[in-house]
Amino acid sequence: MQTYTAPLRDMRFALNELHQDDGFGHLKAHEEFGPELMDAVLEEAARLCQQVLLPINRSGDEEGCHFEQGPDGTSVRTPEGFREAYRQFAEGGWTSLVAPAEWGGQGLPEALGKMVEEMVCATNVSFSLYPGLTSGALAALTAYASDELKQTWLPKMVSGQWSGSMCLTEAHCGTDLGMLRTKAVPAGNGGYKLTGAKIFISAGEHDLTENIVHLVLARLPDAPKGVKGISLFLVPKFLLDDDGNPATRNGVWCTAIEHKTGIKASATCAMQFEDAMGWLVGEPNRGLEAMFTMMNAERVGVGIQGLGIGEAAYQSAVWYAKDRIQGRSLAGAKYPDREADPIIVHPDVRRMLMTMRAYNEGCRGVSAWISRALDAEKHAEDAETREKAADFVALMTPVVKALFTDLGFESASLAVQVYGGHGYIRESGVEQYLRDARISMIYEGTNGIQALDLVGRKMSAHMGRYLRGFFHPVSNFIEANAGDEQLAPFIAGLKRAFEALQGSTSMIAQRGLKDPEEAGAAATDYLRQLGLTAMAYCFAKSVKVAMTQLSQGSDEAEFYGAKIHTARFFFDRILPQTASCYLAIKAGKGSMMALDDAAF
Amino acid sequence: MKVLVGVKRVIDYNVRPRVKADGSGVDLANVKMSMNPFDEIAVEEAVRLKEKGVASEIVVVSVGPAKAVDTLRTALAMGADRGILVQTDEPVEPLAVAKLFHAIAQEEAPGLVILGKQAIDDDSNQTGQMLAALWGRGQGTFASAVAIEGDAVTVTREVDGGLETLKLSLPAVVTTDLRLNEPRFASLPNIMKARSKPVATKAPADFGVDITPRLKTLSVAEPAPRKAGVKVESVDALVEKLKELGVA
Ligand SMILES: Cc1cc2nc3c(=O)[nH]c(=O)nc-3n(C[C@H](O)[C@H](O)[C@H](O)COP(=O)(O)OP(=O)(O)OC[C@H]3O[C@@H](n4cnc5c(N)ncnc54)[C@H](O)[C@@H]3O)c2cc1C
Repeated sequence: MQTYTAPLRDMRFALNELHQDDGFGHLKAHEEFGPELMDAVLEEAARLCQQVLLPINRSGDEEGCHFEQGPDGTSVRTPEGFREAYRQFAEGGWTSLVAPAEWGGQGLPEALGKMVEEMVCATNVSFSLYPGLTSGALAALTAYASDELKQTWLPKMVSGQWSGSMCLTEAHCGTDLGMLRTKAVPAGNGGYKLTGAKIFISAGEHDLTENIVHLVLARLPDAPKGVKGISLFLVPKFLLDDDGNPATRNGVWCTAIEHKTGIKASATCAMQFEDAMGWLVGEPNRGLEAMFTMMNAERVGVGIQGLGIGEAAYQSAVWYAKDRIQGRSLAGAKYPDREADPIIVHPDVRRMLMTMRAYNEGCRGVSAWISRALDAEKHAEDAETREKAADFVALMTPVVKALFTDLGFESASLAVQVYGGHGYIRESGVEQYLRDARISMIYEGTNGIQALDLVGRKMSAHMGRYLRGFFHPVSNFIEANAGDEQLAPFIAGLKRAFEALQGSTSMIAQRGLKDPEEAGAAATDYLRQLGLTAMAYCFAKSVKVAMTQLSQGSDEAEFYGAKIHTARFFFDRILPQTASCYLAIKAGKGSMMALDDAAF
Repeated sequence: MKVLVGVKRVIDYNVRPRVKADGSGVDLANVKMSMNPFDEIAVEEAVRLKEKGVASEIVVVSVGPAKAVDTLRTALAMGADRGILVQTDEPVEPLAVAKLFHAIAQEEAPGLVILGKQAIDDDSNQTGQMLAALWGRGQGTFASAVAIEGDAVTVTREVDGGLETLKLSLPAVVTTDLRLNEPRFASLPNIMKARSKPVATKAPADFGVDITPRLKTLSVAEPAPRKAGVKVESVDALVEKLKELGVA
């Protein structure tokens, strides 16, 4: 059964207790948003997600989207209940949570926004894509669009009346955008006319909003070949009349929707552009740069999808493990009055539940960390902190995207396993998590590409400056707590993992310089190794906070005690994987590249 | 017309209550607390009256600990205008709350008081009735529909036999039943605005009310677990069984 109660206590822990000393400081711009307001927002978001989005998650999966002509000129009908849910979501102001106040947003911290996103993804990841793409489009437009474009398009996107889409992929080019063919020619009126075909466009067409603002990558005439010849355009579904209302249908059409493994309630559209009016966003031939603003925002968002599904899968598995009776505890019957013990008594079931739990809490800690950096990047008063925060975001974005989605999918798979055969049956609800989670490892740049981004770009950037933004706090923490007896097992584990990570880093740096294929062969293991070390750091800090609370006689002994046990499980059972990452990297590309292509 | 609404901070309806080991009551340490669901319906009704232009101001009142201010803020985020917290850490009983509401009603002179029919913590179902008696005004309890017409309110009540419709002169006391409305989700801008809406903090003594409990709790215990049923072979066996149990 799909069941979900927002983990508000752990969210508050990650928001308010875990990262206060991370060096991103205290933001004046957010002073007015005290913990009480944050709590009120989290509570209401939880209610909305649990009561409105969760009930249409499974029905949306069963029904899927419909490709059909609607009365209002739309050609995609979303499943039953989605229109009403979107209306409530937008009217409640949830589309504009972190959007800047000058465009009608609430200007709340990203740190809070990411927690709300986690709840939305946990309850309905298909739904999350509709507002999710809008907020990515907002990020790109805010950073690169002209004032005139901003004034025309932003307010109604912020309010959720209009939505956004991101049109990169074409049939022959997904990862390698340099090959894209969609063309834009000047229309003479300051605008451009776009012609071409895009595929796999999420929220490219739907019946939730009265207009859709597509951000489209295309080539200008005489543009240089490859990625240096790509420009970004704003192409609306409807052109506006003089009062700024949608009036004339533009030449952009959805020609089909895909039949997919999961996220079936999210419309994945083939889009045809036929002399569609568009406006240039940013400079000619610099489109990829602008699109990366959107992609980077989306990549963190996709990581959060993994975490959200991981949490929902965990909770649904816990519910079942307490309900399903089968066999007896190896230590003797624990529930002698029942015909058998609930499966939660079995060590192997515990292994699965604890793994999911540790993944979720660890990822939530990392997510709160990067979110604080997202806020500091925008709002810190001194330039140095802003730069430090931006470095950290740049480094951790591919890690959050790939690590969280890999672990989220693993959690979904574990949840199916906890349910046994019943988990494989549609009605159980948990196999949907498995299908829905799978895409997050692919879109917004496959996880393999994230790893290459980390190793190829982020690791070496500015002589390793980005990396130092992660290494320094970890080594400082290890040093500062070296003498703490209670914390010793955690510090020792973190130290081992950290030294191995440094080892891998210098190996890749040395070998990769001579042979880029070596870096490519190491990338995925390296991302995992760094990601797990980041989780270990967050767990060790959590333990420190929890131990302090307990020694001060906190009345939340249960919560803090469980936090320490979960951290212990992580250090005992999951962190050792970093050693195998190290060994795999050390082995190098040899065996991976030995076979001739023809031998496959 | 001013509308006065009562909101109580209670254990969240999703939480499975646990009885304290010594049987002195329910363990509330670190338990999620929320607005009493019937009170949410009361606030929603008041906000709808305001949206229709019938109510001009909504004052929400909570009697309880300092944390009850969160409950008031929730009501303010739904659309109430200002709050009054009558702060006390003592347990409060329906009579004490009714007396406090009576005192506040005399000060505020509302045209309508809307309360939940009961609070889900102690399920007393008494406060509204007691308030009406103390105040000497009409009462429409268990409301499933409320309509203001001039200086009267028509209340449809859910009673055992079906629906009963009453017409009461204003001011009057109405208590809400589950089917009266479906409370809204607070919007984000309203949650933010709620922070700056005024909340006055008072003590029971400010209203000259003695809230000393009149009831004594002897002990609190979990209900006995339900025993498994038995399957009977035939209708005759069923009838036999029912007779045995004295229900037929
Ligand atoms: C449901 C869904 C929704 C989507 N939504 C959108 C959207 O809204 N907008 C949009 O523009 N696109 C969208 N996409 C497209 C998605 O981003 C691409 O599918 C993805 O980027 C991969 O591109 P591809 O499918 O062409 O795979 P390919 O690029 O062909 O990759 C195939 C495999 O090769 C690997 N590979 C490719 N190049 C390299 C390399 N240089 N080094 C190492 N490995 C490499 C990849 O990692 C992958 O494993 C969506 C896709 C789906 C399925």
